[in-house]
Amino acid sequence: MDIKISEVKLSEEQAGKWGLVIDQDICTGCQACVAACAMENNLSFVGEEDSGYGRSMHWIRIERFWEGEYPEVKMTPNQPMMCQQCGSAPCEPVCPVFATVHSEAEQLNLQVYNRCVGTRYCANNCPYQVRSFNWRDYERPEPLPNQLNPDVTVRRRGVMEKCTFCIQRIHQAQDQAKAEGREVVDGEFTTACAQACPASAIIFGRVDDPESLVSQLGRRSHGVKHLEELGTLPNVTYFKGG
Amino acid sequence: MAEKKNHAEHAHGEEHLRKKHLMLDPLPRGQMNAMVMESMHTTSWKFWAVFGLLAAITAYGLFYSWGVMIAEGLGVAGVNRPAYWGIFLVNTVFWIGISHAGTFISAILRVFKAEFRRPFTRAAELMTTFGLVQAGFSIFMHMGRVWLSYWLMPYPNQRMLWPNLHSPLSWDLLAITTYLLSSTMYLFLPLIPDVAMARDRSTGWRKTFYKILALGFRGTEGEWTHLRNAMNIFAWAIIPVMFSVHTIVSWDFAAATRPGWNSTIFGPYFVVGALHSGMGAVIMVLAIVRGTMKNMKYFIRPEHFEAIGKLMLIISMTWAYFFFNDYMVQWYGGDKWTKQLLHFHEAGPMGWMWFVMLIFNVAIPWAVLWNRKWRSTPWIVFTVGLLINVGMWFERYIIIPISLSINRMPFTWRLYQPGIEIPLGIGTLAFFILLYMAASRLIPLIPVWEVQEGQMAHELKKYGRETVVTVSELE
Repeated sequence: MDIKISEVKLSEEQAGKWGLVIDQDICTGCQACVAACAMENNLSFVGEEDSGYGRSMHWIRIERFWEGEYPEVKMTPNQPMMCQQCGSAPCEPVCPVFATVHSEAEQLNLQVYNRCVGTRYCANNCPYQVRSFNWRDYERPEPLPNQLNPDVTVRRRGVMEKCTFCIQRIHQAQDQAKAEGREVVDGEFTTACAQACPASAIIFGRVDDPESLVSQLGRRSHGVKHLEELGTLPNVTYFKGG
Repeated sequence: MAEKKNHAEHAHGEEHLRKKHLMLDPLPRGQMNAMVMESMHTTSWKFWAVFGLLAAITAYGLFYSWGVMIAEGLGVAGVNRPAYWGIFLVNTVFWIGISHAGTFISAILRVFKAEFRRPFTRAAELMTTFGLVQAGFSIFMHMGRVWLSYWLMPYPNQRMLWPNLHSPLSWDLLAITTYLLSSTMYLFLPLIPDVAMARDRSTGWRKTFYKILALGFRGTEGEWTHLRNAMNIFAWAIIPVMFSVHTIVSWDFAAATRPGWNSTIFGPYFVVGALHSGMGAVIMVLAIVRGTMKNMKYFIRPEHFEAIGKLMLIISMTWAYFFFNDYMVQWYGGDKWTKQLLHFHEAGPMGWMWFVMLIFNVAIPWAVLWNRKWRSTPWIVFTVGLLINVGMWFERYIIIPISLSINRMPFTWRLYQPGIEIPLGIGTLAFFILLYMAASRLIPLIPVWEVQEGQMAHELKKYGRETVVTVSELE
C-alpha cells in the first residue's frame, strides 16, 4: 500500500484517449515519418539559410546521440520525438490568449493558429521542445501548392504550431464511423508518421481501450514515458532494449 | 584670543554646512524659480546635435527596424529554438528595472521623509514613465503577431473570448499597465505647482501648454491640501504596485518548468535587481543633468551623489545576498539539469558574461562606494552606475537566452545569436534619452516647490557654541 495520494490523483486526471507507442529497437531512423508528417500537415520548407540556423520546421524529429568517449563510441537508438500530447501540459496554462488549449473531446493539446499572437511562451515551457514557430512567411513555389492537404490549415508568420496526432484523420474516421452508425475500429486509420513507418515502429491508437494494439503493447514492462517525473502525463510510450 | 579663533571656526563651519547642503543654502524664491526656468530655456547647438542624432537612431533603430520585422516576420531576429525569448525580453526586464528607481526614490524616500531626495524626485520619476514606454516597445516587438496584441486585453467581443488569466503574461500586462498609469499620475501630481509656476513666467505657446497642464492651479490653501492628500495616497499606494510589478515579471520565468527559472526566490531577487540597475541609472542621469544643464550645480550637489551612492552600496549587497541564495539552493538541490545549467552559466561559451556580471554588480560597487570621497564624485559614481547597468543587463541576458540555450532535450541545444534585436535595443535606448531630453526642455526638471519647502523647514540653530541643523514638520 505505498500508493501516494499524488499518484492516485494523477491517474484520475489522466484520461488519455489517443496515444502512440514507439519501439526504438526497430526504428531504422529512415526519416520517412518526418517526410510523411511534413506532407500531411502542410509544413513549410524554410529554405537553406533558415534551416542552417536551426529553424527547419518539423513536427516530428529523429533524435540520436553518441554515447561514451572516443574510441568506444556507440550510437543511441533512434528516438522519434513529437508532441507528447500531455494530459497535464505545461504549454497550456501559460498562453495569455488561450491559443493552446486542451480538447476535452479528443484529449489532445490543440493549437489554435488564428488565435496565436506569438508570445512563444508555450514553446519555452514545453519540456520536450517539440513546438515549431513560423519565423517568416515561407515561400511555397509552384507546383508545391498542388500537394497541399486541403484538410489542414496553412500557417502564416508569427504563429506557433506542433504535432496534432493528425487530428484531421481522427475527425475523418469519426465522421465516417458515425455516418455508418458504428464506433471507430482500432487500426481503421492511423497518423501519417505511423502509416509511413516501414518498420512499424510507430503504432497509433486508443489508449483508453484496453483491447487496442497500443494498449496491449503499452502493457509491456519496459515502456517509458519521457520526463514523466515532471507530471506532464504524456501519451507517447517508448520502448528501448526489450 | 582662543575664543575668537573658535568663533571664526564656527562661522567657517556654518559656511561649510551651507555650501554642502542644498537644504541649508536657501535662495530667494523668485531667483530660484528664474534659475529653473532658465535651465529649461537655455538650449545650445550641442543639445540639438545630440537630439538630432538620437532622433535619427530612434527612427532607424526603433521604427524602421521594427517595421522591417513586422513585414518580414521574426525571422530577421536571432530568436530560435530553444532560445525562443531573446534580447527583446532582456530589454523588457531591463527597462522595467530602470523604471523602479523613480518610484523608489520619489515614493519610498518621500514617505520616509528622506530630505536629500527633494531636488531629484522628478528626474527619477521621469525615468519611471519613459523606462516603461521602452519596456512596452520591447515586449510588443517580441510578439509574433503584434497587430493582434489587443487580444491580450479583456475587451467585450461577440465570441466571448477572454484572455487566459492563468498565464503569467496576462498578469504581466495587468501589472505593467497599472504601474504605467499610476506612475504617470504620480509624476503629474507633484508637477502641478511647478507647471503653474512656469505658466506664470511664460509667454506664447509655452503659456498655453503650461496652462493646460497646471489645471488652473493657483496655490490656495485648499488646493495645496488636496494636492498633499493626493500625493500622500499615491506615494503609499504605488509602493506595493512597484514591488508587485517586478515580482510578476519574475514569475514569467519562475512559474515556468525550465531548470534555472523555476526558483522561488526570483520575486525579491528581481525586485532588488531592478532597484540595482535603477539606482545606477538615476545616478547617471543626475551626473549628466548636473554636467550639461544650466544652474544645476546649485540643485544637485555632491551630497546627493553621496546619499545615492550609499543606497547603491546597500542595494548591491542585497543583490549579492539574493544572488547567492538563488544559486546556493539550486546548486545544493542537485537536480541534474539545474546543475548542468549552472555549469553552463560559468564555464559555457558565454561564461565570461557571468564573471563580468559579478564584477560589475558586486566587486566594483563594493570596492568604490565605501569611500565617501569617491562616491561624492560625479564621474566616479557615473562610471559605477554605468557598469552596474551593464552588469544587470548581462544578468538578464544570462537568465533569459543563455538559460534557454540548454534544456532537458539535449538534441535541441543551440546558442542564441542576436540579429535585428541589436538595432532595436539601441533604438529603445536612444528613444529613452530622446524623450528625456525633450522633457527637460518642456517641464521643470527640478521640483522647485519641494526644494523650497525643504529649505523652509531646515534651519541652522545655535545651542551654545554648537551649530545644529533642525528640521520642522511643515505638513
